[in-house]
Amino acid sequence: MRAVVTVMGVDRKGIISKVSTCLSDNNINILDINQTIMQDIFTMVMLVDMSDSQTKFTAVSKALGEIGEELGLEIRIQHEDIFRSMHRI
Amino acid sequence: MINTNEIFETIEMIRNEHLDIRTITMGISLLDCISSSSEESCRKIYDKITRYAENLVKTGDDIGDEFGIPIINKRISVTPISLIAGASDAKDYVCYAKALDRAAKETGVNFIGGYSALVYKGIAKGDEILLNSIPEALAETEMVCSSVGVATTKAGINMDAVKRMGQIIKETAALTADRDSLGCAKFVVFANPVEDNPFMAGAFHGVGEGDCVINVGVSGPGVVKKALEHIKGEDFGAVANTVKKTAFKITRMGQLVAQEASKRLGVPFGIVDLSLAPTPAVGDSVAYILEEMGLEKCGTHGTTAALALLNDAVKKGGIMASGYVGGLSGAFIPVSEDAGMIAAAECGALSLDKLEAMTCVCSVGLDMIAIPGDTTAETISAIIADEMAIGVINQKTTAVRVIPAIGKKVGDTVEFGGLLGAAPIMPVHEYSSADFINRGGRIPAPVHSLKN
Repeated sequence: MRAVVTVMGVDRKGIISKVSTCLSDNNINILDINQTIMQDIFTMVMLVDMSDSQTKFTAVSKALGEIGEELGLEIRIQHEDIFRSMHRI
Repeated sequence: MINTNEIFETIEMIRNEHLDIRTITMGISLLDCISSSSEESCRKIYDKITRYAENLVKTGDDIGDEFGIPIINKRISVTPISLIAGASDAKDYVCYAKALDRAAKETGVNFIGGYSALVYKGIAKGDEILLNSIPEALAETEMVCSSVGVATTKAGINMDAVKRMGQIIKETAALTADRDSLGCAKFVVFANPVEDNPFMAGAFHGVGEGDCVINVGVSGPGVVKKALEHIKGEDFGAVANTVKKTAFKITRMGQLVAQEASKRLGVPFGIVDLSLAPTPAVGDSVAYILEEMGLEKCGTHGTTAALALLNDAVKKGGIMASGYVGGLSGAFIPVSEDAGMIAAAECGALSLDKLEAMTCVCSVGLDMIAIPGDTTAETISAIIADEMAIGVINQKTTAVRVIPAIGKKVGDTVEFGGLLGAAPIMPVHEYSSADFINRGGRIPAPVHSLKN
């Protein structure tokens, strides 16, 4: 299963490092990253592959959420299909 | 990969504009639970519901977590109980309501609908017993919702039943007087009811349906309002197109969740109901959409036209987004559940008469309207008769859910809490309709040619 990780918030050091470490700890492969800074707001979208991960989806979601809290960012992970179905026929 | 802007658009809809899946409703047929013994029948009902819906709530929550979209309610609808209990020896069907309530609590759903009867043309034995027990059933259960179909375009209006409805609503209000007559919020009277409606209080599982089915109701007034904010001053073509595009996106969510729920639960997918269902949360209001179109307050002149455009555009946009569209699809206008409607009613911009006109062009009808506690049963029946006439003549579903709040008068407010919200008491006409209602009999089915 593929999922989309989104990160939003004020830019600071170590965001990508912490998020990607968490993903790799859970055996989740990053397929694509798109990162921009708009008016000091850091936004990052990652497409990840979770098929090798043994960790429950909710546990990954919680772990990312905790990193978000620690860094003062909003981090979400959502099944890719929600975006695909809304914007593609 | 999907465009970053599209990803953030979706997240914005969920995060700030209250986009959610309003309900996953599992329809369960109880036709195989019929028994001459009411005790055995109730046991079968409880067993079947708890078996079929065992994983409904968990599956709904899992889907909500994985897709990152809130799924607010998980509900159950069942075959109208008058059909199931009619063969039994019971003199009172409250025991059936209690069995439904226990099953709802065991499965963890928010509501269970189907304590219902369909009496368009006449009232059979099972219907009669069920109607008599509705007030007590609603007072003694928490999760059970009740509905009665009293009119269809093909059968006309059963005015004997309409008369009974006024009495039932008054009795229900009295029995739940200590809770602002909350029982009435769980009871709805229909013309042309649909068999696959996932929304409460009117959901029931029609006899034309299969053994078990998953229906999904989407929501998203806040998303439509936000989209219209970007096209201030543009013409109605632009308004309709914007609503259509937004409704399409919202409905795609519903379709996705419905398919996923159907797959995980191993239950066939029925329909997506593409209703714009408001909640009392600020920013999740249908009235605010109408105001965004250029009306100073919902209820003023132009409101019916604005709602007609909205309702039609929602359907046009949503239909292409889902394989099967059904239920009540359109825009809901429940007063107590919509912050904009509440505000409009409080300042006097929105009257019961205007709401009635609005129901001619939108889905459903007079919904969650609190009226003075001393309103007579005949007046309530007459309000219902008017609304049924609109449905029957216009070949659409209409409904009435009014709450004559005991001890309250115009100027007071009732508080139901949660999604049911709060409502100011709205005035009703004081002139009597009693002689009209007391005539009884049926209003014949209308002619379908000579449309003028």
